[in-house]
Amino acid sequence: MTVTAGGSEKRSWTAAVRRAGLRVLPPEKLLPDEQPVYVASWVYVFGVLTVAALIIVIGSGVVLALKGPAWWHVSSVGLFLNSVHLWSVELFFFFMVVHLWAKFFMAAWRGRRAMTWVTGAVAFVVSIGAAFTGYLSQQNFASQWVASQAKDGLNSVGIGAFFNVLDFGQMFTWHVVLLPLGIVAVVLAHVLLVRKHGVVPPFPARDSGTAVSGDAMGERDGR
Amino acid sequence: MGGVDIILAVGLNGSPYYVHWGWFQISAANLAVIVLMLLVFVLAIAVPFPGRRR
Repeated sequence: MTVTAGGSEKRSWTAAVRRAGLRVLPPEKLLPDEQPVYVASWVYVFGVLTVAALIIVIGSGVVLALKGPAWWHVSSVGLFLNSVHLWSVELFFFFMVVHLWAKFFMAAWRGRRAMTWVTGAVAFVVSIGAAFTGYLSQQNFASQWVASQAKDGLNSVGIGAFFNVLDFGQMFTWHVVLLPLGIVAVVLAHVLLVRKHGVVPPFPARDSGTAVSGDAMGERDGR
Repeated sequence: MGGVDIILAVGLNGSPYYVHWGWFQISAANLAVIVLMLLVFVLAIAVPFPGRRR
């Protein structure tokens, strides 16, 4: 590491990464203390509600993974945590779908936000996989039924040999390690992209004489 | 279908109740969640946000 007399690293890779990070996401964009006026709507809260539900999902899932199936099927606390995990997942998908609808109808990929939209879509797809392997990891009759039904579908598209839904160990590893890591990574990228590009503004009103003009909206969007 | 019947239909502890129109079939529980999501979506757009300045 190169350290100059003034104490500021100029040529080290850590300094270069820090400078790049500050250039792309300065602190005022990463942790803003105010938002544009159009964000004052309930329809904008479903993204953060989804993240809040995800935190509960992961927290309850960590406890379930540490304690194991015998605990979550038998003990009262285990049954409670099992239900917390299930219902936080239900809320996670509920909020995510409403968030998806809201962003679709306001065309949230406008203003160079294509990757924000894509990472959100990928997070949705990976979450479906995580939920599916979660159903397979329950260790009860429902999981056996889901697995026996799903194996035929997966075999028919030729991936049953690599993704064996009848193998509890494989499905459990997908559910508690690989897919959660994928979801957290994609959601983190999604949130950082939202911070980088800002929350997408609504469409301009066309029939109102007092509305913001389309040109002004384009400039604000970065179009 | 009465109120109690609807609650029983979307309950998760018994046999699932299905509704169908022609080829389309869906469990009452899943239909209830979709209707609830639509309702929340409409309310999120229609209900004013507290403290909004305009």
